[in-house]
Amino acid sequence: MYTTELRDKSQKQAAPITAPEDPARLAAFEARVAADDFIEPKDWMPAAYRKTLVRQISQHAHSEIVGMLPEGNWITRAPSLRRKAVLLAKVQDEGGHGLYLYAAAETLGTSREEMIEALHSGRAKYSTIFNYPTLTWADIGAIGWLVDGAAIMNQVPLQRTSYGPYARAMVRVCKEESFHQRQGYEIMMVLAAGTAPQKRMAQDALNRWWWPSIMMFGPPDENSPNTAQSIRWRIKRETNDELRQKFIDVTVPQAEAIGLAIPDPDLKWNEARDSYDYGAVDWEEFYAVVRGEGPVAKERMQARVKAWEDGAWVREAATAHAAKRETREAAE
Amino acid sequence: MRAAALFDYACRLGDDSLILGQRLSEWCGHAPMLELDLSLANIGLDLIGQATHFLKLAGDAEGEGRDEDKLAFHRDVLDFRNCLLVEQPNGDFAQTIARQFLFSNYQELLFRQLCASTNPTIAAIAAKAVKEVAYHSRLADEWMVRLGDGTAESRARVVEGLDWMWRFADELFELDAAIEPLVESGIACDVRKLRPEWDARIARVLKDATLEAPKARRGVNGGRVGRHSEHLGHLLSEMQFLQRAYPDSQW
Amino acid sequence: MSKNWPLWEVFIRAKNGLSHRHAGSVHAADPRMALEAARDTYTRRMEGVSLWVVPSASIVASDPGDSGELFEPAADKIYRHPTFYSIPENVKNI
Repeated sequence: MYTTELRDKSQKQAAPITAPEDPARLAAFEARVAADDFIEPKDWMPAAYRKTLVRQISQHAHSEIVGMLPEGNWITRAPSLRRKAVLLAKVQDEGGHGLYLYAAAETLGTSREEMIEALHSGRAKYSTIFNYPTLTWADIGAIGWLVDGAAIMNQVPLQRTSYGPYARAMVRVCKEESFHQRQGYEIMMVLAAGTAPQKRMAQDALNRWWWPSIMMFGPPDENSPNTAQSIRWRIKRETNDELRQKFIDVTVPQAEAIGLAIPDPDLKWNEARDSYDYGAVDWEEFYAVVRGEGPVAKERMQARVKAWEDGAWVREAATAHAAKRETREAAE
Repeated sequence: MRAAALFDYACRLGDDSLILGQRLSEWCGHAPMLELDLSLANIGLDLIGQATHFLKLAGDAEGEGRDEDKLAFHRDVLDFRNCLLVEQPNGDFAQTIARQFLFSNYQELLFRQLCASTNPTIAAIAAKAVKEVAYHSRLADEWMVRLGDGTAESRARVVEGLDWMWRFADELFELDAAIEPLVESGIACDVRKLRPEWDARIARVLKDATLEAPKARRGVNGGRVGRHSEHLGHLLSEMQFLQRAYPDSQW
Repeated sequence: MSKNWPLWEVFIRAKNGLSHRHAGSVHAADPRMALEAARDTYTRRMEGVSLWVVPSASIVASDPGDSGELFEPAADKIYRHPTFYSIPENVKNI
């Protein structure tokens, strides 16, 4: 998920295009996109489109991979065999989603190695939400319910995004997401109906994960200057605030249904808008997390870098062996 | 008597799968390549599934109201019946593969026999699991070859990993008195009979991997009667924490 | 020589009677690994009857602009994935 335009304010200016693009090609491209046609890997596309897509798709992929960590943290401690299996399957799915997305990004001319290097160096971002820690088992419930819930909201419309490989990856992802959110909500339901310590755990998790989930939809529309272009190019289907509002409207009743309180004193149903009014988001926190200052940002990056570096000898061995095999077979 | 023996046997089968599944899930998010994360998780999931079925059978055989979760989360070290091999730490990827290589080849041969178990539940579990485990052993075999015949570093690491695990191989093929009646009635498999074929498979793969078999040594056993290594206690502390800290709770 | 695992395209025949469809790609060091990665990544939820894996570099793709308009001919060697032809749902056995 996590298609927020996650860039430092300093990176907001796109790099200048060195050669002017043929207006005829541009017009043809815009017309195709406006007609709901799909752009495929070998089609001509504006440099800015390609660049934006590489960033958006790869950051979506990075989010899935980094997202394996907060939940992976609880697989060995899952409180029943069923919960263990379901969580392991979910995290495995997330790895798979990352794979589909890296594959889609590679069709645009980048490589897995380049994307990983960008992530590890801090140049590429991933969804802010995964920079928060999972303290208790209830956090696993909260993540499935809220974070996957927000992701689904983003991903369903992207099934018709303009870039073919990205759209097809999203179709696959959406098919697999169905159990992710339900799994999380079910965990919360059981905890909220459980013992006093369990109820406390559930409410505490909601208290900590609510606002970061709201922030997942990205900065407010007035601070998202590229929204119009992204919408025209069908890279984005709805604005950040539109999705955010939808998410809140859908999720509040779900919390009420299980007797948990949303930690927003300003949350109030607005009859006229047929929507919930909600409190002020702490955008300073959001931008700090985007800058890499999230509570466990260092832990996340350390884990990913370690896995990659510790695994280098494995990858090299496989490559070396494949080469030996080829040489032998050629000699036969 | 029969119920106690069946309980014991089902625990051995279930605990082997459970402990190894637990070990593999430690890799989640940390594997050398994303594709490998998926493969290891796949194996882990298969194993946890097998464990769930075998431990349920154990609980039913015991007939004292313990289900698979009660057995998984509330027995202490002395009552676990897994072999020592599966509780060994992951170490590096080579050590993990060495463990998988030795175990999955054993488990595949075992389940092939158990497809004909006179206990229909065991036979059914084995029938499904044998396909899964065939994949596990093939994956492990291939990685043994890649690592053994890869780079100097991978070779050194897999030699070390195999050396770590080798002392736990003999235990897999030991038949003790408690299980003999089950073998006689066709419920259990006489694992001693699996050894020659296992030896042949291992030798074949090691040859392809350009590796020597580790030197023969005294086998370490005890897992089948609850005499475990130091590793199991730590693994169980982590695995059982929530159920122990919050007894009488639904999850 | 690159230490990185090359890219492979994955094609799956979900059941007999259908043709293989492009599912995506995986990185793998050798053909067997590619098949296993393809199975673990793309067939987790279904029995894929048949899997094909092809090194991406082996695939030769046509150029979408071949009908000759404003676009220069592209090299026939792809460095990106081939186009995916979607078969309409109502056309069977193709």
